[in-house]
Amino acid sequence: MSDQMEYDIKLHIGYRYGSPAAGGRHLLRMMPRDGPGQRIISAELTVSPQPDESRERVDFFGNKLLEIAYYQAQSQTDFILTSRIVRTELAEAPAPNEPLSQLHQEVQNICRVDRNAPHNFLYASPYVALTDETTAFGQQAIASASASATSTYGAIAAIGHHIFEQMQFDAQATTVDTPMIEAFTNRRGVCQDFSHIMISALRGAGIPAGYVSGFLRTEPPPGQPRLEGADAMHAWVRAWCGAAVGWVEYDPTNAIFAGVDHITVAHGRDYGDVAPVRGAMRLAGGQSSLMAVDVVPVI
Amino acid sequence: MNQFQGQSDSQDQQQGSNDTGADPSATLWRDYRAIANVADEMIGADGAIKPLWAPFLASLSTMSADDLQQRHARADRYLSDAGVFYRQYEAGQSTMRSWPLAHMPVLIDDAEWQALATGLSQRAALLERVVADIYGDNKLVAGGHLPASLIAGNPEWLRPLVGVKPRGGHFLHFLAFDIGRGPNGKWWVLGDRTQAPAGAGFALENRIATTRAYSGLAPQLHIRRLAGFFRQFREALLDLPGAADGRVAILSPGPHNDSYFEHAYIARYLGFPLLEGEDLTIRDGALMVRTVEGPRPISVLWRRLDANWADPLELNGQSQIGTPGLAGAIANGSATMVNALGSGILETRAFLAFMPRISELLDSQPLAIPNSATWWCGGAEERAYVAANAAQIGLSNAFSTSQFFETEGAIAPQDRAAMITAKGASLIGQEPLQLSTTPAFHNGQLVPRPMSLRVFLARTANGWEVMPGGYARIGRDVQIPDFTPELALQRGGAAADVWVVSDKPVPSESMFIPSQDKTLRLQPSVLPARVADNLFWLGRYIERAEAVVRLWRAHHVRLAEATAADEPLLARITAHLAGRGISAEAGIVAAIGPVVSGALTSAGHVRDRFSADGWLALDELDQTLAEIAANAQPGDETVHAMGELLRKINGFSGLVHENMYRFTGWRFLSIGRALERAGILIETLSDFADPAAPDGSLDLATETADSTITHRRRYASAPSRASVVDLLALDPLNPRALLYQLNEITTHLSFLPGGERHRQLPPLQRALLHLQSSVATSTPEALDTQALQHLLPKITGLSELIGEAYFV
Repeated sequence: MSDQMEYDIKLHIGYRYGSPAAGGRHLLRMMPRDGPGQRIISAELTVSPQPDESRERVDFFGNKLLEIAYYQAQSQTDFILTSRIVRTELAEAPAPNEPLSQLHQEVQNICRVDRNAPHNFLYASPYVALTDETTAFGQQAIASASASATSTYGAIAAIGHHIFEQMQFDAQATTVDTPMIEAFTNRRGVCQDFSHIMISALRGAGIPAGYVSGFLRTEPPPGQPRLEGADAMHAWVRAWCGAAVGWVEYDPTNAIFAGVDHITVAHGRDYGDVAPVRGAMRLAGGQSSLMAVDVVPVI
Repeated sequence: MNQFQGQSDSQDQQQGSNDTGADPSATLWRDYRAIANVADEMIGADGAIKPLWAPFLASLSTMSADDLQQRHARADRYLSDAGVFYRQYEAGQSTMRSWPLAHMPVLIDDAEWQALATGLSQRAALLERVVADIYGDNKLVAGGHLPASLIAGNPEWLRPLVGVKPRGGHFLHFLAFDIGRGPNGKWWVLGDRTQAPAGAGFALENRIATTRAYSGLAPQLHIRRLAGFFRQFREALLDLPGAADGRVAILSPGPHNDSYFEHAYIARYLGFPLLEGEDLTIRDGALMVRTVEGPRPISVLWRRLDANWADPLELNGQSQIGTPGLAGAIANGSATMVNALGSGILETRAFLAFMPRISELLDSQPLAIPNSATWWCGGAEERAYVAANAAQIGLSNAFSTSQFFETEGAIAPQDRAAMITAKGASLIGQEPLQLSTTPAFHNGQLVPRPMSLRVFLARTANGWEVMPGGYARIGRDVQIPDFTPELALQRGGAAADVWVVSDKPVPSESMFIPSQDKTLRLQPSVLPARVADNLFWLGRYIERAEAVVRLWRAHHVRLAEATAADEPLLARITAHLAGRGISAEAGIVAAIGPVVSGALTSAGHVRDRFSADGWLALDELDQTLAEIAANAQPGDETVHAMGELLRKINGFSGLVHENMYRFTGWRFLSIGRALERAGILIETLSDFADPAAPDGSLDLATETADSTITHRRRYASAPSRASVVDLLALDPLNPRALLYQLNEITTHLSFLPGGERHRQLPPLQRALLHLQSSVATSTPEALDTQALQHLLPKITGLSELIGEAYFV
């Protein structure tokens, strides 16, 4: 795997309304983030039809946000992102062997509540309940893993891998609003469910954990299997290993640490903070939606 | 009868009847004793009655038991006539309950009150600095004075508002503190209410009702007035940026909220419109009200709903009562929220653990009034202390924002030790305060009951103003030690007036100051679309109810004396009712119950626009329906009952017609009635003026249209199809004629936006003019059944066009 990749990305999210929906207001979190390991060369978000209002902002977690509104009823709306980005492997992190037993104190030492403060990611959030079941699941994963799991980094990998082994990927089993605990109980779901379960288990173990929305490259490098979740937006987990190591990203759907195949769009506590389209349409009649993703390496 | 009465005053009665002859006043407090190690409001440390209470008790002692009972009944009647209620939630059901007023006020000395006011103002100012820091630089967190987790893990820390400075410059404008007096006589703050504290309106009602009970006493007792506080708060709201030009409103969660009555009441009292989330919209980042004239800017909202529910787009996505984009508009500086979105975080119980130190830090002085001793179990020492003293310390969720006496978030004793170890940072320990007792009536005597005060503060140009009394919670019983005093109304607690008693005469206060003191600021009337919609439907429902009742009566008049010859007419009436979706067999309650409750629901959504009388009239209609009409036997008895119902309906219509100011809302109510009546007349004529209609149909048509006598006077003959159609469709002077009603609608529309003469006709006006002219130029012959039936969809069309023009 090369340590730098350049991609052309296209994300198309569309809605079709059976009967025209009354005017609505949406928040779009579709623009990729600039940040360590990821550089935006170009990014354009087109919205059609032309909205009556459109305002760009940055949210608490540093995500680029577009607020749009339609005053009149619409029968269809399309949001299309086209972007070129460069993704690089992060420089080797300091030896990720800080013990999990020290993490609690490390968190306590942080007296900040800014977007990267671990405290934001340690408690229940709207889509991630802290449950006895997921906490026990996480403890069990740590206990049954090798000695390396006594480090925070090792515990993250152990929990993520345990989820990968226990859960079955099933696009039919859940929807965006299925409670985390239901997907966990049935051991079925998609990347959103995998990530929420992992976040719950990590927080239950005292490890600050958040949600990442983004993309996977659509076609794998020659000779490698296509990754699960590449044909839609993807989700994985970022977790905090202490002040020295900082944040690491783990993809429980594929049981790998995120690398140059993962392109980040938004950070948050859970799906609710990063949903690519959040919006209020007064619905009358049926509605259907579509999402298409292309992530093509630039040769 | 209110709940409090149900529990104790009925026993009063028994007691009273057993006690004939004796002077009851002597027994009223003969057995009253303070409880050991508990402070009492009426009894001093020396065991004697405090001088503060002596004048009031002296007055009470002149009253006989009967007199006292009548006085209390007078207070209860006032509350029930004014429709004072709160909602109680139990097992997923919500019911309306009368306000449980304890008839005995709590008396507080004015000098003591001044000290309280000073201390609470200091606390309010401190809270403002704390919340500004929490949404600003977070120096308190950086300095280790507030744990980061209590902010970042707090559901009331609203991230979309982080870094936003309120437009008005302040986060807090209206607060309440729950305070109680401990065994040593000192006051303690039990909870900070900064989100959207309820009770100020109820305090006013406590005062009015209690004053009714003890009428005549107030002037001698020097009780400080409440109105001045509201006047100053109102002025303060009007002084906020952009508040001139009538851009102040009250934002309510709607009729399902437990204190909706108060929202409507206080909106009427202050003269501000009452809005709900759906009344608001955002235009280019600015907050607007949807009015019948289109979006109009609003600058100040006194919100009565919790911030998380205010915006489904950026806050709680499940909210059905919010306004999408509101948080963004506030962040954009387009309006002032009273209090700022996010201020609710100060209600977090765990904060009480840090306030003493923060006061020393920011104010360089201790809290003037201490708050409940609280330990956050995230700290090792605190955790150890709470674990060691678990028997004397109440344990609850650190993030809980429930009121101090509510058990929500409390943790059962058996689970405590394990919880403290495992989840310390999310727990707090609180030392329960043994509240002071105050006299309350029970079985005709005064007995000690625990109490806490709710004190309201408003930010004004002169600093924090404190409402002098008005609201105490009275517990159901005394328990020692008192972990959870039963103060909650839901659990049988009561509310009492609080009299701040001065030793000299108090100035009289009123809500509005005379205009020579300050320029009178008028509230230009902008009618929210939702209100117009509800008034329109209220008009339609009332008219529909009347029409069905008239038809029902006509039906039963004929049933009473029916012969075989009447069968075809009775069959036609049944068919006509069926055409309106009504079963003649199912009874009058099934026939108009849904319509009456529709009227009540519509009226309930616009309660702030009604006088108490208007509401009472509708309520009585509902009661009459349930009590009389439902049980009436067919025939004469039903005819009589329908007469009763009609009088109630006419009572309401009379109030609307005679007393309601001709503002825009009244026009929508009237349009609703006119449109409904027009539709009903068309249906009536189609079925009963048809050439094929059975004998007696024409009489029935004129009777249900209340035009029998007019017909006799206008036409020198028995009713014919032509005369009936002429009278009920084409006569521009008969209020029971189609044309008359279309003319009415035309007149009303000319007063509404879009009715300007100089513009091209909008679709609604065009459709109406078309319909009106075609009816006006018609003849009884041309207006046959088929023509009538063609008119009906046009009425429906008008209703839709009205909705599109004004309610969307």
